[in-house]
Amino acid sequence: MNPELQGREFAPTAPYLVGREKVREFSRAVFATSPINLDPEAARAAGYSDIVAPPTFAVVIQESTLAQLLAEPDAGIDFTRVVHGDQRFTYSRPIVAGDELTATLRVASVKSLGGHSMVTAESSIVDATGAHVVTAISTLVVRGDE
Amino acid sequence: MSTSTPDHSAPDLQALAVGDVVAEKTFTLTRDSLVRYAGASGDFNPIHYRDDVAQSVGLPGVLAHGMLTMGLAVQPVVDWLGNSGLVADYQVRFTRPVPVDAAEGAVLTVVAKVGVADASGARIDLTVTFDGPTVLGKAQVRVIAAAATSADAAASTGSAPA
Repeated sequence: MNPELQGREFAPTAPYLVGREKVREFSRAVFATSPINLDPEAARAAGYSDIVAPPTFAVVIQESTLAQLLAEPDAGIDFTRVVHGDQRFTYSRPIVAGDELTATLRVASVKSLGGHSMVTAESSIVDATGAHVVTAISTLVVRGDE
Repeated sequence: MSTSTPDHSAPDLQALAVGDVVAEKTFTLTRDSLVRYAGASGDFNPIHYRDDVAQSVGLPGVLAHGMLTMGLAVQPVVDWLGNSGLVADYQVRFTRPVPVDAAEGAVLTVVAKVGVADASGARIDLTVTFDGPTVLGKAQVRVIAAAATSADAAASTGSAPA
């Protein structure tokens, strides 16, 4: 992997409109049963404008930034050798249906370890007003030749 | 444990002690669960639904998406809180793959325990096991007290009175 990737910032992704049915579909897929993830009335009663996305929903928006990284011509990342090492989401506020979100990827670090490479990618996700919603951080391990 | 109240009041985080088990749940993943998650998340890597592709890259067979394991592992904590918006930070390390047998599926067990309790909330540590050993490392959920977030949520969605 190209060590010069470290510190590189990518162009913001196109806005992603969080749909209520998408949030419901995702909620069911991760076995969420909380009413505020499924029922707009329950969400409003809890003080939200619409249903709330489960904590890992941000991966849907983050995914397009990771695609940018893997497609970067000089990155030298072989997609078939990539393993997800770790994942983190740090929220300023939860995502709710109706949000229009934009993600900007920054490569926080590139390291080599015993033939493998590790890249840590931080995607900062903001709403339509530019306010921070969540930062999604992935560490990808790229296995070396075996 | 989960008494429902009209205002969805969260558990009293100040009353927690380190080591308290706040939630425990078992999940059965099947191939259907993986297909459903693939569609919902947009992660269509075929190692999560095709044995032949998984085996061609040296795996025993179809594996669960790591992000599906991460996504379901926090749910017992969300149910305990009664509000997923109180999760301020959530991290995991993927330490062991979860093969999902076509006939038998895979059973994951989640135990959520208080790791840290302080003035601003608590850190809940998750132990997620499949067939004995853990599949996630450093699985930590930072939860915050209810008052702080509902105000933030209301403000951010423009529904708070000025």
